[in-house]
Amino acid sequence: MTEALPKSATASREAEELATRPKIVGASVKRTEDPRLLTGKGAYVDDRKVPGMLHVAFRRSDHSHALIKAIDCGAARDADGVVAVFTAEDMREVNAVFATSRMKNYYATPITGLAIGKVRYVGEPVVGVIAQSRYLAEDALELVDITYEPLPVVIDPEEAAKPSSALLHEEANTNVLCSREFKTGDAEAAIASAAVRVSGRFRFHRKTPTAMENRTYLAEYEPGRDELTLYTSSQVPGIIRDALSDAFDMPGSQLRVVAPDVGGGFGGKASLYPEEIFVAFAARRLGRAVKWTSDRMEDLAATSQGFDQIVNAELALDAEGNAIALRAEVIGDVGAYSIYPWTAVIEPVQVVSFLPGPYKIANYLGRVRGIATSKPPTGPYRGVGRPTSTFVTERLMDMAAQRLGMDPITLRLRNMIQPDEFPHRIGSGIIWDQCAFTECLNAACGKADYQELRARQAEARAAGRWFGIGVACYAELTGIGSRISVAPGMPINTGTETAKIAIDSTGAVTAAFGVTAMGQGLETTLAQVVAEHLGGRVEDIRVIQGDSAAVPNATGSYASRSAVLAGGAATLAAQEVKEKIIRAASHLLEAASEDLVVEDGKVSVVGTDRTLTFRQLARAVYLEMGRIPADKREELTSTKTYDPVFGTSATAAHLAVVEINPDTYEIKLERFVVAEDCGRLINPMIVDGQVHGGVAQGIGAALYEEVVYNDEGQNVTASLVDYVIPTATEVPLIDVVHIEAESVTTLNGFRGMGEGGTIGAPAAVANAVADAVAPLGIDILELPISPERLFRLIESSKNHKDSSHGHET
Amino acid sequence: MTEPVIVRVNVNGVEYARRVEPRLLLSDFLRNDLGLTGTHVGCEHGVCGACTVLVNGDSVRSCLLLAIQLDGAKVETVEGLGTAQALHSVQKAFHEHHALQCGFCTPGMLMTTIDLLRKSPLANDEDIREGLSGNLCRCTGYQNIVRAVRQAADQLNTLATDEAIS
Ligand code: FES
Ligand code: FES
Repeated sequence: MTEALPKSATASREAEELATRPKIVGASVKRTEDPRLLTGKGAYVDDRKVPGMLHVAFRRSDHSHALIKAIDCGAARDADGVVAVFTAEDMREVNAVFATSRMKNYYATPITGLAIGKVRYVGEPVVGVIAQSRYLAEDALELVDITYEPLPVVIDPEEAAKPSSALLHEEANTNVLCSREFKTGDAEAAIASAAVRVSGRFRFHRKTPTAMENRTYLAEYEPGRDELTLYTSSQVPGIIRDALSDAFDMPGSQLRVVAPDVGGGFGGKASLYPEEIFVAFAARRLGRAVKWTSDRMEDLAATSQGFDQIVNAELALDAEGNAIALRAEVIGDVGAYSIYPWTAVIEPVQVVSFLPGPYKIANYLGRVRGIATSKPPTGPYRGVGRPTSTFVTERLMDMAAQRLGMDPITLRLRNMIQPDEFPHRIGSGIIWDQCAFTECLNAACGKADYQELRARQAEARAAGRWFGIGVACYAELTGIGSRISVAPGMPINTGTETAKIAIDSTGAVTAAFGVTAMGQGLETTLAQVVAEHLGGRVEDIRVIQGDSAAVPNATGSYASRSAVLAGGAATLAAQEVKEKIIRAASHLLEAASEDLVVEDGKVSVVGTDRTLTFRQLARAVYLEMGRIPADKREELTSTKTYDPVFGTSATAAHLAVVEINPDTYEIKLERFVVAEDCGRLINPMIVDGQVHGGVAQGIGAALYEEVVYNDEGQNVTASLVDYVIPTATEVPLIDVVHIEAESVTTLNGFRGMGEGGTIGAPAAVANAVADAVAPLGIDILELPISPERLFRLIESSKNHKDSSHGHET
Repeated sequence: MTEPVIVRVNVNGVEYARRVEPRLLLSDFLRNDLGLTGTHVGCEHGVCGACTVLVNGDSVRSCLLLAIQLDGAKVETVEGLGTAQALHSVQKAFHEHHALQCGFCTPGMLMTTIDLLRKSPLANDEDIREGLSGNLCRCTGYQNIVRAVRQAADQLNTLATDEAIS
């Protein structure tokens, strides 16, 4: 087929146009997950029931820090319906798991199914009771008798860092599980000579992810084959599979970890948990299926928590408002254990890593210490470290603007890395690829009509009302490739993702991935990417995810990676299958490959009515003898791995408008605008939903959500009555503007975006509240800012009119 | 422990008689004894609303009731609405407006919405937000749920007006 006939040329041009027309990626395709979830036919772990299934209840520590002197399980073992009662003694053959890291000055604590010898937080599992029903297991818990010898509680991280403090892990010889420093230029000298300095001791209190589905694990065991399947409400079934393989010395071929429908994660389901180890152990020991379903109290007491940082920070600027130096000292209260696989310091290290944010600041000094306390471990929570870094930097920007008498937007635009200044390396060493910093900020202000808002504010102030406007800008790394560790010094590669696409003999398309959806609609968005590059129809593509057996190496979904990495792998694999479709069709339809177009699940010769559906094509390839010569016959499959090597970024500007009731101190959000850049959108409807949900969590973090431990180490917010998350009446309308600046460093130009909403919102709300009460001379340095905290701040400023509240004067 | 008793209930139009322990929660009864796992449990202390079902026409939290209190009652759960192939109009509105992400709160949201729609005109979005304020959702930020309920309410109101006219 070498003749360049005019007809054929037209045909290939048509084919080309058809192929390049955006059809599926970029469309707000309705989710394929919805019908089952809307009709109560979802399959969450707790919905699964198997014959002979047993139930676990844990007796958890009621001490913050104590030695376990004796455990008497006799009465519990004799109780009605009880099948077994296990303590750490029974689990000796299970290996402890360690979150290792290449970081210097880091101690990895052992992670075990049940506490060994000592408890380190209230809620730590000590004894597992297994019975015919959850009710009976809980009955027997009361009969377990544990003798403790209390040790000093270790609650205040700054006290815990002192050599005199009681130690949680004696082998570590310190409670400082890790310390690090990031340095560029000479921040100290630059600060000393600066015209303007603003500083504060910032505090972002502890919070908890609170997915609506509590963690649930069901282990099924086949004794004949020594095969274990763990159904888990996890974001990272692949990581859990690998960890259990180490814990039990079992090959991956006998271990399968499945995350079916997962009811939200937000980071709280992204780590290995003691209860997962226990359930797997118990099923194997008893040779029966064993299930544990957390209740909400257990979730609030023992799921990994977030934030809990103290940041002493200072920003220095010249007289024109150019930032010249930033110095920060971060203390992370990381709780009792170094969580697997992320380590204890994923949160605080990210805080110092991201503090310089979207700004050009030549001199930076960031120090961080992760300090163990007798509280549950902290772990990754939506935004990881960046909600705090953004809170601190964006508050400092507003404080500087106020000091300089400049508009906060003007100050930011002046200091931001400009569109022609990328790539840019910030003081902590992170390199931003092309980021839409100024574009996002301008777009947010445009959408909200910033000037008009300021005019309204002037009127409101004149009338004595407390009306505030706050913005926050940030950037995050997303879709991280194999050259960067997602967690500090973590040796596990999370920078690749595999897609396995197959057209079977019925013409059906199955696409399998190692990622896991916990609400973000990956079954739809990945089907869109496959459909686009394969020439299939979204509704015909079955996406398999959340199953460690689907691909050889899977980790899961975290760090805003799935669209970029799995989307990239999907693209590569779909392209290869499409090439195979074209080769087969070229033979079957006797047409040149340039004349073929694959679209809507069919392959056709352009300009003719000669067409094969995938079904017809697949039958011809696999089943109909002699249609394709043996040496031309190819299986319609492809497995491809994608690695963006460094990855990309994502940015946004958030703008919040608040009004505060001067009598009740109630903070009412009037409006919220997000201008965000997540590169090329796969499904705008889903992106908007992610932004809405992220912002709602950020609003919760800014105004309501706080896990409180009292001096005895008891959690006093262990129910949803005391741990308050936003309801429909607290979340305002959220306007979302998309700046589709395609990433130049990833396939398809995608950027990750699942976490961003939670990164910008707390800072924007804090700035808006601070702006509202600025006439009273008050700064907001602590989140969440409850009406009570605000009241106390205002009262104390009335009482000490001359005090500085952390300002340098 | 007290002896099991027999409880008879009508769930989604089907009559059931089961022998249950007096302490058995309605939520566990629906999920474990009847296999109706569409009703979810998010807190077991009456705050999250995930377990909302209708009992004799009123929305209740099934985690706060005992199965034996339901003897003779008529219960509606999410399974009694549409099917995956033929969604109920409220389910359709949720689908069209992307009012669910992980779907865990969704059955409770749907049942609360059904109750609201039956009892209130939901004239403005404040009414909808107020009406949904007992149901927590951690994924959606509520915005698209409010939109979906708005659409369902508008459809119903148009229907009512049309009927009044004809
Ligand atoms: S489970 Fe019933 S209200 Fe939360
Ligand atoms: S959709 Fe996940 S909790 Fe509402």
